[in-house]
Formats: sequence, C-alpha cells, structure tokens
Amino acid sequence: MSSTSAPLSRQGLSALEAPSGAGASGARDFAHYLARKLAAAVVSFMMLLVVGFIIFSLMPSNPVEALTRGRPTSPKQLAFLTKQLGLNQPVWERFGHFVANTFQGHLGYSWQFETPVATLIAQRLWPTLLLMGSSTIVSILVGMWLGIHSGWRPGRLLDRVSTGAAITFWSVPTFWLGIILLVVFSVGFGPIPALFPAGGMSTPGTAGGLSPAHILDVGRHLVLPCLTLVLVVFAQYQMIMRSSMIDELGSPYLLTARAKGLRDVEVRQRHAVPNALLPTVTLIFLQVGTMISGAITVETVYSWPGLGYLTFQALQIPDLPLLEGTFIIFSASVIVFNLLADLAYRWLDPRVRRA
Amino acid sequence: MTATTQAPAAAAPPRLQALRRFARQFAARPTAMAGLLILTAVTVLALAAPLFIHPADLAVVNAPGQPIAPPSLRFPLGTDYAGRSILTLLIWGTRPSLAIGVIATGLTMILGSVIGLLAGHYGGMVSRVLMAVTDWFIALPALPLAIALAAVLGQGDVSITIAIAVTSWPGTARLIRAQTLAVEARPFIERARALGARDGQLVVRQVLPNVAPFILVSSTLTVAGAILSETTLAFLGLGNPIEVSWGSMINQALFQGAVTRGAWWYVLPPGIAILIVVLGFTLVGRAVENILNPRLPGQA
Repeated sequence: MSSTSAPLSRQGLSALEAPSGAGASGARDFAHYLARKLAAAVVSFMMLLVVGFIIFSLMPSNPVEALTRGRPTSPKQLAFLTKQLGLNQPVWERFGHFVANTFQGHLGYSWQFETPVATLIAQRLWPTLLLMGSSTIVSILVGMWLGIHSGWRPGRLLDRVSTGAAITFWSVPTFWLGIILLVVFSVGFGPIPALFPAGGMSTPGTAGGLSPAHILDVGRHLVLPCLTLVLVVFAQYQMIMRSSMIDELGSPYLLTARAKGLRDVEVRQRHAVPNALLPTVTLIFLQVGTMISGAITVETVYSWPGLGYLTFQALQIPDLPLLEGTFIIFSASVIVFNLLADLAYRWLDPRVRRA
Repeated sequence: MTATTQAPAAAAPPRLQALRRFARQFAARPTAMAGLLILTAVTVLALAAPLFIHPADLAVVNAPGQPIAPPSLRFPLGTDYAGRSILTLLIWGTRPSLAIGVIATGLTMILGSVIGLLAGHYGGMVSRVLMAVTDWFIALPALPLAIALAAVLGQGDVSITIAIAVTSWPGTARLIRAQTLAVEARPFIERARALGARDGQLVVRQVLPNVAPFILVSSTLTVAGAILSETTLAFLGLGNPIEVSWGSMINQALFQGAVTRGAWWYVLPPGIAILIVVLGFTLVGRAVENILNPRLPGQA
C-alpha cells in the first residue's frame, strides 16, 4: 500500500482500503454492522457540519462584510443581516441554529441569484446527475473491458498501450483536457469540423420537455463533457480491474476450470471475472469524490448548468451561502456513497458476511 | 506495510554508505534520471527568469504584440489576449507553480508528520481520535473543501497554499503513522526505552530519523499533486488576479475568447508545462519509493 497524497481532483484509490478493513473486523450480524456504519456516517456528517460552520461562519472575521463584499448595502440591510445571521448570539447557539436549519433544508439565501440556496441546488442537481451518471457508466464499461483484457494477458501490446494511456490521462489536469477537446471538436481544428456544441446543456431557443429533438440536442451537448470525465476516470477502473485479474491468474480454481476443458474465453468470463469484480464494484461508490471534483472543472469549461458550474458561479462573487450549500451537498453525498460502498462490499463478498 | 523491510543503519559511516548505495541505484534508473533532469531544468528556469524577463513584458497595458496572434518569429508561441508573449508568460508561470507547490508540500509534511508520529507513537485513544479525523479528511472530496477555504480566505497565493495543505495532509499522516508503528516494533527502540529515553527523545532521536526517508518520498509525490491542485484552483479564479501562472493562463484562454477562436497556441503550452513538471516529480518520487521499498508492486 502506498498512501501518497492524491491531488485535489484525484481521489478514491487511497480510500479503497477502507471497506476491506472495516468489513473484516467482525460484526456479528448484518443489523449490528448496519447500525455501526450508520452511526459512523452520522458522526461524519456532524463533523462536516462543524467544519462547514467553522469555515463559513467563524473564519470570515466579519461575515456580514464577507457576504456583502462588492455590493452596495445600506446600514439598515447590514443591521438586518447581522440579526438574521444571529451574530449577536453566542457561538454554540449559532451552531445549533445552523444545524437545525441544515436538517430542515434551509441552506441560506444566495446573494447572486437572490433565491434560496436549496432551490438553486434542486434546479442544478439533475444536469449534474446526468453528466456524472452517464460518464460513470461509460468509464465502467471502457475501464473494465480494458482491465479484463490487459490483466488476462499482462505485458501484451493492449496492456502496454492502454496502461500507458491511462497513466497519461491521469496526470493531465482535467480542465485542460476539457479545453483541448473543446478546441478540437467544438471549434474545429484543421480538417476536423465543429462537431459538437461548445457549451450549455441545450441549444438556446429550443423547446424543452421530453420531445425526441430535445433529448437528441441534450445528448449532443453531453458528448464532450462526458468524454472528458471518462478519459480522466476510466483509468482507475482499468487499473483496479487489471490488478485484480492478475491476482486471480494463478488461482487453482482456474486450473480446475481449464482441466475441465473449458475454452479460454469461458475460463475468463465465467470464472476469473466474477471473482475479480469485487474491488471494482466498491470503486464505483468511492469514485464519487473524484467525479465531483471532475464535475466542478468540466462543468466550468463547458458551462454545463449543474452543481459544479453553480460552484464556479458562486466563486466569482464570492457568494458564500451558495458555496456553503454546494460544499455541504457535495461532502454529504460522498459520506452517503461511502456508506453504500461498505454495504455493497458486505453484500457482495460472502467471506466478509460470514466473518 | 510491515516492519521487516529496509533498515537504514543507525551509525554515521554506514549511513553515508547507504546514501552512496542509494545514489548509485537512483542513477541506474533512466526514468529517475529523466525526472531529475526535468526538475533541475525547470528549477533553473524559474530561478533565472527575472534575469531575462522584465516586469514590462508581463504588463497587460502596452503589451508588445497583437492580441491572440498565432506563433511568429517574434513570438514563438504566439500572444495572449492582451498581446503578451506566451513564451514569456509560460516561463514566468513556473515561479508561482513551483513556489506554491513546494511551500504547500512543506506545510503538508509538517502537519502530516506530526499527526502521524503522534498517532503512531502514543497509540490508544490518541491514535484512534487522530486517525478518525484523518480518515474523515481522506473520505471528504478535496476540491470542494479547498474551494470553500480559499474562497473564505480571499483570492491569493496564501489562501491557495493553505487550502492545499489542509486538504493533502491526511495521506502523509497515514503513511507516517504506519512507518512509525513499523519502526517502533524494532528492538533498538526497546533498548532506548530501557536506557531511560523519554517519549519526546524517543520520537525525535530514534523514530524520526528512520521515518525521514518516507517523508522525503511522500513529499516528492505530494509536490506533483500540489502543483495540479494549484493550477486547478488558479483556473477556477482563486489565485492572485494580477499574477501570471499556468492556471490563470488557461483561465484567461477560456474566458477571454481565445478558445472559441481556436487559439491552440494559447491553450496547449501551459497544459504541457504542467504535465512535464508533474511527470518530473512523479518519476523521481516513484523511483525513490521503489529503491527504499523494493517489495512495492510496480515497475522495477
């Protein structure tokens, strides 16, 4: 295990060790296990609220000033804000209000859009889910296919080429890759015509709804941002799948399968792949952190109207209540998916279930 | 990682010998030497930049060329949105990237090592609490946290540096804790304890020197990550707005209309520069890691 610090946008591999250790530590039955994991998730969420409170409420020396930076505000508004933020109350009371508000879904009021933060997040959630969901599915398919084939015959041409490509895309900044794809496929470069639209989620002026034309339009807008995320993310699936395939290569049960007279393809698909699948499945849940970081920069490049672009828009002011809202939503979803990873791991691996 | 691997010798002459052996092994790896060459070249360029680049070359007003002009004899890499030479900006951009990367890594190492050593040495409740916090930070998505911190602290190099350090220490803390546990299981620690060494003495005089090589490896790889993080945050507009950096160059290329005009000469260079520097640190870091721990899976 080499636990080196990953850059901001590349997480997941280091977190992969967590479920295996946690699963093996011997809870008696599933209810016990579930209760423990749920409790841990609740503690994580409370810690998130503490950190969010420290960053957004305690760190700005004068939150009212920070909130209204660059905006003309009357003394009356300032006094109203001070009261609204409860800055005249003790810290513990303020934290209590903050926690209560968060649990009720009150995430504050965006200065830039003059709308409740919760409403904005609800509006921008669907584009982000579409982008992250589609790129996750494509990355899994591409990464697993490459991982299975390069791991089954390590050292062959496919292995060397695909591993090299994976490592290269891994060390390139996501936003830069996005811009390069934008220049090449959307502006047009040399003999390549402008194939895809440059930004947004649909062509302005077209009708929305579920008409086939609109779905096709959204699909065309989705291609480049999705491709960018896939190029960055597929490497993890490939590398994990490859190394677990290599781990299975020497297993006695494969020898048995071969001795029965099964063809190579059958040995691979029926026997090796199902056993090698486990780490990759948990990786899907643990990749959420990476996907979120990727979504922030990719949505910015393509002005894709999701939560990542919303974060970028909030940064330009900076619109602190909105930033706080997206920070809490992003982090909370990672906590939820880590919990799901633990549960999936236990459900899928009978050894852990029995332990 | 378990206890039984490498054993840097304790006395001075063997330690010098170990260093020589390390240098020989390092020089025998072409990838390691390539990485070292890249890093030396980039560092020299960054340090020498003020000798041949004048502040006037970097000023947005009265820039020497046409805005967004393709490469020419006078401007080998073309010009930016204000008419400045991209080559000049590119060379100058090495400075903030390297400086922030190295300083943020220094902070990361101090924070991560202190927490890792404390958790590894004291064990029990201290370890459990520290590791719970570490794991929590590892699980949290780093970019939103860094964005939140940098936004609250205000635009600028200092807030980017702090944001990177706060989000990247947990990996180091985990590594150092594991190494501390491995070192403390060895007999010479028991000997030192029997001779009456106190906790502080034990950690600083016995454990730290043996963990130091791993701090070195971790820091080389952390610099690579920190530079990527720095460019990401600068791209999002969190950097010093008047400073020239690779991240801000890419930001300007996107938002000042260069990308929609297909100005590839504006976008390509900063990205390739980032790739080369990150690659240099990664190559050196991986080589050192492999020499110190030969059992590590991966390339020879």
